[in-house]
Amino acid sequence: MKNKYLKTLTDGVVTENPLFRLVLGTCPALAVSSAVANGFWMGLMVIFVLTFSNMLISALRNFIPDKIRIPCYIVIIATFVTIVDLLMAAYMHEMHKTLGIFIPLIVVNCIILARAESFASKNSILHSAVDGIGMGLGFMAALMIVATFREVLGNGTFFNIRVLPAGFPVAKVMVEAPGAFITLGLVLGLINLITARSKTA
Amino acid sequence: MKFISILLAGILINNFIFVRFLGICPFLGVSQKVETAVGMGVAVTFVMTVASGITWLIQHYVLDLFGIPYMQTVAFILVIAALVQFVEMVIQKTSPTLYQALGVYLPLITTNCAVLGVTVLNIQSDHNFFYAMVNGFAAALGFLLAITLMAGVREKLEFSNIPKSLQGFPMAFITAGLMAVAFYGFQGLFKDFLVL
Repeated sequence: MKNKYLKTLTDGVVTENPLFRLVLGTCPALAVSSAVANGFWMGLMVIFVLTFSNMLISALRNFIPDKIRIPCYIVIIATFVTIVDLLMAAYMHEMHKTLGIFIPLIVVNCIILARAESFASKNSILHSAVDGIGMGLGFMAALMIVATFREVLGNGTFFNIRVLPAGFPVAKVMVEAPGAFITLGLVLGLINLITARSKTA
Repeated sequence: MKFISILLAGILINNFIFVRFLGICPFLGVSQKVETAVGMGVAVTFVMTVASGITWLIQHYVLDLFGIPYMQTVAFILVIAALVQFVEMVIQKTSPTLYQALGVYLPLITTNCAVLGVTVLNIQSDHNFFYAMVNGFAAALGFLLAITLMAGVREKLEFSNIPKSLQGFPMAFITAGLMAVAFYGFQGLFKDFLVL
């Protein structure tokens, strides 16, 4: 019994990592990965929304008519996103301003709808919650990995703490738009390479 | 003047794909062939322009009137979902081949963050009804331009010798990154006359 939940959790973080394996949720991943702190808070919000929307959708899975399930899911997701949006605006005002439009856009983050459709609509409430936490954690970890490369190389800092010496020439392009695409592409390639190697080994 | 500046800003300077990172999923998913890319771009253009207008009306005549602006996300996404359903039915009737080619990505326009993104940005930047629609149209043209260019490059990429681990998505991202460098050059365009 316990193993099933553990497997769902590790699936979300490693084997089916939403960003690296399924390539979902790329828009926020590119946009907020310019600093590790942004990635961390974005990841936290996604964990919250994903877990609670998964639980509610799983609880209502026998009541939602099949034909209008997508609009139902979207309304449930949008409700939780509005909750985080207002919470962030009240308690984390600076971060709310930095992440800006990408907070309401969690609604259209493909990961959440994909999990609702492919997991929460078929599994128990507890199992769906675990899946939400696992997928959310995987997304957060992926965001922070990409953000680490970008922040260290582009700004010389990690979590706003200076890690490279002050005179070190930083590649500003890394925290700008082109750096986002190229870093994510190279990290994806690296992960493909590592998985290919570990399979043959 | 403002008309032209909004148009140029939407297409080049604040290109939704390369500068704002909105609508990346369909940008990567439907950019294998130029023909489908253009079809997708046109469908998105229609949805974004009309959605900009409708959500503007809803924001000003429903949400603001009843003092419930916090319902914005929920209300907007429902409007967009309905609109996409409508476009889907029209394309299915008029062009079954395009309908087949767009496949699963057609209903997914609902979850194209560019659409919800542009409607929220319209409200945030206080455009009036006309400029909100112009802005939506311009942003969509930027998307159409980006996805068409990308499809052109990817058609060529199919015949090139790419390292195995970079095939597919990784290479697409790197290509997009290099195109973003080019679009980065537009940042300095019309600096003094563009006050957006």
